[in-house]
Amino acid sequence: MKEKLVVIGNGMAGIRTVEELLKVAPDTYDITVFGAEPYGNYNRIMLSPLLAGEKTIDDIMLNDEQWYVDNGITLHKGKEVTEIDRVGRRVVAVDGSSEKYDRLLIATGSTPFIIPVPGNDLEGVVSFRDIHDVDRMLQAAKQHKHAVVIGGGLLGLEAANGLMQQGMSVTVVHLMDTLLERQLDKPAAEMLKKSLEERGLNFLMGAQTEAIVGKERVEKIRFKDGTEIYADLVVMAVGIRANTALAKKAGIHCERGIVVNDTMQTFDPRVYAVGECVQHRGITYGLVAPLFEMAKVCANHLAQYGIGRYQGTVTSTKLKVTGIDLFSAGDFHGDENTEELVFQDASRGVYRKLVVQNNRIKGAVMYGDTLDSNWYFDLMRDETDISDFRDKVLFGQAHHLGDAGHGEEQRVAAMSDDTEICGCNGVCKGDIVKAITEKKLFTLDDVRAHTKASSSCGSCTGLVEALLAHVVGGDYSTAPHLKPMCGCTVHTHDEVRAAINGQELKSIPEVMKTLEWKTPDGCPKCRMALNYYLLCAWPGEYQDASQSRFINERAHANIQKDGSYSVIPRMWGGDTTPAELRAIAEVAEKYKVKTVHVTGGQRIALFGLKKEELPAVWDDLNNAGLVSGHAYGKALRTVKTCVGKEWCRFGTQDSTRMGIELEKMTWGCWTPHKFKLAVSGCPRNCAEATIKDFGVVSVDSGWELHVGGNGGVKVRATDFLCHVKTGEEVKEYCAAFMQLYRENAHYLERTAPWVERVGLSYIKEHIVEDEEGRKKLAERFLYSQKFSQQDPWKERAQGAEKHEFEPLLQVMNEKVLVNS
Amino acid sequence: MSDNWIEVGSLNDIPQQGARVVQTEKGDIAVFRTVDDELFALRDKCPHRGGPLSQGIVHGKRVACPLHDWKINLANGEAVAPDEGCTTSFPVKLEGERVMLSLAANKGCAGN
Ligand SMILES: Cc1cc2nc3c(=O)[nH]c(=O)nc-3n(C[C@H](O)[C@H](O)[C@H](O)COP(=O)(O)OP(=O)(O)OC[C@H]3O[C@@H](n4cnc5c(N)ncnc54)[C@H](O)[C@@H]3O)c2cc1C
Ligand code: SF4
Ligand code: SF4
Ligand code: FES
Repeated sequence: MKEKLVVIGNGMAGIRTVEELLKVAPDTYDITVFGAEPYGNYNRIMLSPLLAGEKTIDDIMLNDEQWYVDNGITLHKGKEVTEIDRVGRRVVAVDGSSEKYDRLLIATGSTPFIIPVPGNDLEGVVSFRDIHDVDRMLQAAKQHKHAVVIGGGLLGLEAANGLMQQGMSVTVVHLMDTLLERQLDKPAAEMLKKSLEERGLNFLMGAQTEAIVGKERVEKIRFKDGTEIYADLVVMAVGIRANTALAKKAGIHCERGIVVNDTMQTFDPRVYAVGECVQHRGITYGLVAPLFEMAKVCANHLAQYGIGRYQGTVTSTKLKVTGIDLFSAGDFHGDENTEELVFQDASRGVYRKLVVQNNRIKGAVMYGDTLDSNWYFDLMRDETDISDFRDKVLFGQAHHLGDAGHGEEQRVAAMSDDTEICGCNGVCKGDIVKAITEKKLFTLDDVRAHTKASSSCGSCTGLVEALLAHVVGGDYSTAPHLKPMCGCTVHTHDEVRAAINGQELKSIPEVMKTLEWKTPDGCPKCRMALNYYLLCAWPGEYQDASQSRFINERAHANIQKDGSYSVIPRMWGGDTTPAELRAIAEVAEKYKVKTVHVTGGQRIALFGLKKEELPAVWDDLNNAGLVSGHAYGKALRTVKTCVGKEWCRFGTQDSTRMGIELEKMTWGCWTPHKFKLAVSGCPRNCAEATIKDFGVVSVDSGWELHVGGNGGVKVRATDFLCHVKTGEEVKEYCAAFMQLYRENAHYLERTAPWVERVGLSYIKEHIVEDEEGRKKLAERFLYSQKFSQQDPWKERAQGAEKHEFEPLLQVMNEKVLVNS
Repeated sequence: MSDNWIEVGSLNDIPQQGARVVQTEKGDIAVFRTVDDELFALRDKCPHRGGPLSQGIVHGKRVACPLHDWKINLANGEAVAPDEGCTTSFPVKLEGERVMLSLAANKGCAGN
């Protein structure tokens, strides 16, 4: 028999969780839903356009009653749950009926806060939370004239705007002296107030309500300073409180909300909670983006996959008043450690402020033109270093990318259905509109997932947003999340690695099956990453999947643009001998090599070999003692050295010997991306150690270690890690650093961005400060080296992987010539 | 279609999620084997700049070219949008364990 899942609360978070659960494990539970409201599941955030008359109830339904029937879900609508009996594992509803559960999900949302003043229970005093409230407001708007909205926050302003659209004269009463003080800074709030006033709203700022006055129905509001204004409708929009009453009564631990852990479980592990009713890591939320993330994690756990963790959400704000664009996110007030970048054009009504610390965006406020809000939000969330384009960042992404392809809502409205919106993925306007309406999408991320639009370069994000705004009415929200590995999965690199280790997954098919890959055998991106992660996690045990390696690593040579290959033998520490040079010269002549080239890493490359010739070439090189230089791999490449103290008059240590020893220790090692070392004999640094992944600079007193450097497209000088005294220490630190990188970085992430992502202090903490941890890392490195230090050329010269290098067959004049 | 089938090898000669090359006087033909042991054959030349498709990564019923990562449909040689282009495909089938290839190209792309 199936287990029973009971859901309390038929709102956005509860049903989103059920939807996510149906997606991953449709047959796991018998599901019963209780909802206090007499409707199916609707999009609460659309109550504002409903009030403003821009939408109908049908428009805002997410799942009608048929959906519950189709999915075999029992819906008790209009039935409030009044008791949870945790011992008997059942819930009791207001009509006395009850339902047993194996697992329980509480998603009771929140309740509007009603300020404790006399008269707050008079007729005509309403809150703004559900369809019933909107009905009452619409009713009032037909018969009455004067509306007062208490609260100048998002909800209050949306209510005020809606009532004004319904023909009422509206006054917004706000306790503070600026509007939206939690979402905007002062200049933006002033601009907002001014334009709302121009539209006809009245404001009373800094006004504290003392009483609501009337006989049966409200007639007036009186303030602390004694003034009074007329009112025949009062909307309380001063805030919300997590709805914890039911959980509290059942003895479930609550603080400001129902306290949950990272898997959305309450203190009773059979009982889960999601949405506005919960408190996670001390935070309660009042927006949908976090709920969607919670829903995913919760569904994942209910389906018993148990790999997802909710880690909190960075939220952003938009106001849904048609014609007014504002946006804010993060810490936009700043403090003494931050700087402000401000752009203001009062006559166009445009204002933007970015709060920046160490060239990273910490917060943003935008008013008037918010087309770039997503871009700023992404920069902020990813903690992108903006120093490269800091001088232009205020002018927006179009300016930054040199692309004027952004449009506004009117422009997208005018486009034909076959206009291409996303050039990277070839998605047209029609596709997107269809997906939005049919699949009821209302976040940018949903659209990305369903249509692939805006999921590659991102330059069409503005257009997709404008389109969403156009179709759903300007009231989508962004649901920021961590990026999945690739389109084949919803999991991030880190989640996948955690699962490989935690659940002891030992092959690519096993990973794909356990983590519910969406494609039968992945794509080039994820297969290569998984192969590496498995190799790193299970040294000596994991069988390399050669078909999940890029051709260079499969053929152990570099493919060139004409399909021929180049071969680079290893020269330890850049040292060579006449015998080696002679062998290379002979191979070059024998196989008629087109180009012989000295590489940037102090090695000699032979260009223009045919794939079939490779095993023979290697055999000849092997005979002279030369092995693979791994110049083709995401692997240890070269250790570059200078001649050091043996010859150079400045040399302080034997840097060449150190280089050779390091190369002997590290060769053959697979890494997330290529890995280069260098050792210089003195601070003149002729071996360019400070642009290497791991650089060693000799000094009189020992060795200086540097990490995270990069030549290439984007040059980055290394960070100084530490100073050590002995050569043995150099090797131990090097092994430990490489292992930390191997175990922690994402596939195809060079050390430079990795060090920037995790921070130098993280590296120091593990390599410098934690001696025991460093030794363990180095041990793991050396252990895995036992299995990787076999010369791949030798194996292949002796016949391994023969199929890789031979044609299957040669056919001439339709006659078979050679059969392999 | 005058299919002139040639036995080019046995299924085990071709790695799963991989390819082998049949050399002909008119150029190489890549014979692919998918993860479910389906076989496909394409001219070993990417429609983009002639990269050897046999050296690419086979995933699902597609191969990613090793040179610039275009994705080519194995069934008909068409590049996957947004890229455009097409590579000649050839009939290939399995008889028991024997892989049979025809050198008479499938109708489909123009040119090539
Ligand atoms: C007018 C308005 C505009 C908004 N605009 C935005 C916006 O633009 N962007 C944004 O991100 N967020 C917006 N929000 C907030 C967003 O709607 C909420 O964050 C979201 O709906 C919370 O989802 P939930 O499931 O936690 O709660 P809800 O959606 O409120 O669902 C809870 C449900 O549980 C039911 N319930 C409660 N107790 C019981 C019980 N004992 N038994 C049975 N049922 C019970 C309630 O009746 C309710 O239907 C807006 C909210 C409102 C009111
Ligand atoms: S780095 Fe110093 S020791 Fe090495 S070659 Fe240059 S000057 Fe000489
Ligand atoms: S610099 Fe550019 S062209 Fe030169 S080898 Fe590197 S990638 Fe090729
Ligand atoms: S040659 Fe195939 S992608 Fe460029």
